Amino acid sequence: MTTPLLQVRGLSVIARAGQRDITLVERLTFDLGEGEILGLVGESGSGKTLACRGLMRLLPAPNLRVEGQAVRLAGHDLLQLDEAGMRRLRGRELGMIFQNPSSHLDPLMRIGEQIAEGIRLHQGASRREARAEAIEVLRQVGIPDPKSRVDNYPHEFSGGMRQRAMIAVALGCNPKVLIADEPTTALDVTVQAQILRLLLELRDRRGLSMILISHDLGVVAQTCDSIAVMYAGRLCEHGAKHEMLARPQHPYSAGLLACHPAAQPEALRMTTIAGQPPLLDDLPPGCRFESRCPQAMPLCRQQLPELLEASPGHRLACHVPLLAGGLS
Amino acid sequence: MSATFALRAGLAWNLGNGRLTLYCGLAIVLGWCLLALCAPWVAPFDPLLQNGDLRLAEPSLAHPFGTDNFGRDVLSRVIWGARVDLQMALIGVIFPFLLGTCIGAVSGYVGGWLDNACMRLIDIVLAFPFLVLMLAIMAILGPGLGSFYIAMALVGWVSYARLIRSQILVLKQSDFALAARSLGFSHRRTLFGHLLPNALFGSVVFCMSDAVLVLLNGAAVSYLGLGVQPPTPEWGTMVAEGQSFITSAWWICTFPGLAVVTLAMGFSLLADGVAERLGDRS
Repeated sequence: MTTPLLQVRGLSVIARAGQRDITLVERLTFDLGEGEILGLVGESGSGKTLACRGLMRLLPAPNLRVEGQAVRLAGHDLLQLDEAGMRRLRGRELGMIFQNPSSHLDPLMRIGEQIAEGIRLHQGASRREARAEAIEVLRQVGIPDPKSRVDNYPHEFSGGMRQRAMIAVALGCNPKVLIADEPTTALDVTVQAQILRLLLELRDRRGLSMILISHDLGVVAQTCDSIAVMYAGRLCEHGAKHEMLARPQHPYSAGLLACHPAAQPEALRMTTIAGQPPLLDDLPPGCRFESRCPQAMPLCRQQLPELLEASPGHRLACHVPLLAGGLS
Repeated sequence: MSATFALRAGLAWNLGNGRLTLYCGLAIVLGWCLLALCAPWVAPFDPLLQNGDLRLAEPSLAHPFGTDNFGRDVLSRVIWGARVDLQMALIGVIFPFLLGTCIGAVSGYVGGWLDNACMRLIDIVLAFPFLVLMLAIMAILGPGLGSFYIAMALVGWVSYARLIRSQILVLKQSDFALAARSLGFSHRRTLFGHLLPNALFGSVVFCMSDAVLVLLNGAAVSYLGLGVQPPTPEWGTMVAEGQSFITSAWWICTFPGLAVVTLAMGFSLLADGVAERLGDRS
């Protein structure tokens, strides 16, 4: 097997609160191959977004910091780079698109200029070349009549087109890895499907790798090659999509899947996972899912399960994994 | 019904978009600019020409605004004075605007001790009454327009800095700031290329009203003898010179005074109009 494009080893995001440290994302480890789409799934506050912001080293508050063994991408170890080195890599190697396209585009700048700015910065293109390239990128993301649309302002675009424009801005810099933070959450279902199709197309055409953050299992099931489930700042299961959807082994993954309405179409009430995730500043010594887990054992309360390879290509952090067949 | 509709439509056109205010303000300011530009051709007399036979002449057909105590034509002096006063308003706004914008933007974006230092500096400047501080600076630098501009910049930047800083504080948390950083843009590019243009709206409007303030300040400072020196025609100086004749020859200070009032009104109408039009858009 070739070395993966992106290797993340033990990435933690730690918050300094007063005198003590609170670990918000703990020792995240995963690989991302070329052209692979990894779905990062978990409930709100599980650290999905923070993990990716940590990868980009664009943390939202100054009291947050990143620690870890290594984050290798394109021959660099991102954790060893200083801010200037990181800045050169952002956009060019690691692109990011966001949930709300309306607020992530500069309202006073023409779409084309926003795309061209990144192209000029990273590829040293002239104004004219960058403009031509911007039109080309707009065409690739499926904006009709890109030649005239390139001079529009964001407010002249519809929601779906803004999302396409934002993807175009990120693509203009020609990144190898695209982090998509809930790219379809703010869109209605038909547009959502179009955007997902676009992302798949781009993957096929450009060999783009993606980390797709989502809490929508439907979205993940449609697009991803592999799925990683996060709970309370830790990865609890990571494996190929079909394996994960058909035979989840972690009780939390299984619970998540059971919550999806499509899982039990005839049920009158939606299934839920009872309870709340633990507070990150008051973590139990054992498994973090223990209090909500239907099959917790005494061992789960005492010892934190490590993320280990359960079978080739499938990693799991659980003392009592489920056998095939889901929740009993 | 159609009458009320027409009335409402008319009101909407006039007031709703601030068009009437905008156009009135624009007309007044542009009118003064035009007069100032065409002063050599429009003014009937040389503003400095003294005429011993025609001292303190009442307004007449030959001298519509009368003459002053040296027999100079007040109308010509008001027209020529527009040059000096408009220049004063323009330069007196631009330098504080540039200085305040840069300081406010950097201070708000960087934050921390730099922000604290800037805010304390602003507090210090604001602790003194505006005119007192200006007069103190001008007294040190000596009278003249140059020192007026310097004093204006040193005192006037604080309002712009505060305005811009408050905007930048909000905008630096915004999503498109993060998006810009995620494209590998430097802090400088993010701040000056993306945040600042979005923060300028308030201060551009304030600029217009500030022009009124600067104009009145310039006139006041000249009135006090620190600004433009006689015999240069300047409205404030003219009011000051005419003051001693206010009971016998009212026209000497009335007409330059009216000129200040109209131009100031033009600027503030313009400010209101621009504010409403821009406010409409966002």
